[in-house]
Amino acid sequence: MTTSTTVVKDLPRGGFGLRANLGRWDVKYSPYVFISPFFILFGLVGLFPLLYTGWVALHAWDLLGGQGRWTGFDNFAFVLQQRQFWIALRNTLSIFLVSAIPQLIAATAIAAALDTNLRNKTFWRMSVLLPFVVMPVAVTLIFGSMFGERYGLVNRTLADIGLGPIRWHTDPLSSHVAIATMVNFRWTGYNALILLAGMQAISRDLYEAATIDGASWIRRFFRITIPQLRPTLIFVIITATIGGLQIFDEPRLYDQNGLGGEDQQWMTMTIYLYKLGWTQLNFGRAAAVAWLLFLVIVAIGLVNLAVTRRIATSEGRTA
Amino acid sequence: MSALSAFNRRRAEAKIAQRPGALVYGLLSFILVASVFPFYWSFLIGSGDAGTLSDTSLSWIPGGNFVANARAVIDNESVNFWKALGNSVIVSTVISASVVFFATLAGFAFAKGRFVGQRGLLVFVIGTMCVPTQLSVVPLFIAMSAFGWTGTLGAVIVPGLVTAFGVFWMTQYIAQALPDELVEAGRIDGASMFQTFWHIALPAARPAAAMLGLFTFIMAWTNFFWPFIALNQTNPTLPVALATLQANYFVDYSIVLAGVLLATIPLLVLFIFTGRQLVEGIMRGAVKG
Repeated sequence: MTTSTTVVKDLPRGGFGLRANLGRWDVKYSPYVFISPFFILFGLVGLFPLLYTGWVALHAWDLLGGQGRWTGFDNFAFVLQQRQFWIALRNTLSIFLVSAIPQLIAATAIAAALDTNLRNKTFWRMSVLLPFVVMPVAVTLIFGSMFGERYGLVNRTLADIGLGPIRWHTDPLSSHVAIATMVNFRWTGYNALILLAGMQAISRDLYEAATIDGASWIRRFFRITIPQLRPTLIFVIITATIGGLQIFDEPRLYDQNGLGGEDQQWMTMTIYLYKLGWTQLNFGRAAAVAWLLFLVIVAIGLVNLAVTRRIATSEGRTA
Repeated sequence: MSALSAFNRRRAEAKIAQRPGALVYGLLSFILVASVFPFYWSFLIGSGDAGTLSDTSLSWIPGGNFVANARAVIDNESVNFWKALGNSVIVSTVISASVVFFATLAGFAFAKGRFVGQRGLLVFVIGTMCVPTQLSVVPLFIAMSAFGWTGTLGAVIVPGLVTAFGVFWMTQYIAQALPDELVEAGRIDGASMFQTFWHIALPAARPAAAMLGLFTFIMAWTNFFWPFIALNQTNPTLPVALATLQANYFVDYSIVLAGVLLATIPLLVLFIFTGRQLVEGIMRGAVKG
């Protein structure tokens, strides 16, 4: 132990000789070299395309002819005047709400169940995560076969208990419920594990004190767990917002044509973007939709942040 | 007084530590069934024939046609199943190896280096995690067309080579798992920064690197939107091939779902062996996030 400290002192700390200089440069500049692959690659394939989307959106631009003349905000104006754009916005928000709200409630309940003193903890945790390894495309095909209007498992089960068939591929809201089911199948367990991690970080003393005071588990859950879980809830809600509003795979494969239904019942913003860009070959308008969707995501993200803050603090205060 | 409070405390502890009741196990069993049922359903339909799905007296016992249906998927020339499987393996392997390597390298620099602009650059990395890069498909496609890369695996691999999440994740891990003394000891022994990274940081970061690799592999394997735009039927990844399969056999779900199962098996096997680490990784990432 003592010898090693002497060695440190004896090292040439000042600057003489090429070796020492090289060593100093190494310490000073190597970190830049180490982080540069990330920044260069991210700049090329992440940041630049995002900004360039704005440039494309301000031009007439088609798939075959490439960049055309500068058109200012014409693409935005055109898109905003389309009925299809507003239907796509409605569908995207509707699918998001129909999936996110039940998913969040279910994930919190599952997390609370996993946060008890279970036997075979790992087994139960793995079982809720299992759907995460199924590709969204596969999930859609599996559930698509259950949500058939005539022969689907769901409608047949409904008929067995005396309920009429639901028109899963005709009614907008019904199609949104079907698509939300697919999203929730894949993501509920994943988010439950994140919430579980947040729950386990809550100090056990709080629960002990509450139990001594005679609080029931329901009271403990609403007065301790939920308020303490706020940062994790915000994290889950924000990531769900960013991912959920870009939804493409499920509505794309919900029917064979992939354009969101005959009457655009389940045409989302990203499907609309795809339609403008790759079936109408108009990249300028597709890029305008991309930017508008980006703004929607930012706006909804901020609203969610504000709402989550309010809910969690007001509950914390009454506790 | 203190004896009473100690008694109360012990009672409270015991109350929290006790095994959960039927409600908890009931809920979790229901979730287990809901998680597994779609697999069983796929096998049930995938082992039947074109009429199974619409059969009004649907039997819950699988039929004997799974191999025949799987053959139909594999032999279908426009689906290109083997090529899609190979492509998915290549794309996911290259992307996860690259993400892990560059994220560990940058994470080491952020966690243990001292350089001008360190904080600002790290904040930038965290900020970019919230940027929906999916929305960049239009310019990415324009660029890939200009390079003549559309239809090649490069078009799918290159945009996935680094992730901001990876850098953030490795920075967090290395900062707490690798003692400064160890880095300094390496420097004193005359190791260059890269040697320190290679021989000290990389081995120390192995658990987090494995989790990041696993997570990235799954994300790359399941990704559809960009590969669907950048690739075509003749050179697909598995999700793109499944979309083709659906377009070809929309009326015959027994073949579609047999294909779905075939395409799901690789990740299912991976999950059986590494699911424990995946659970741990997701939970660890959550506390930091």
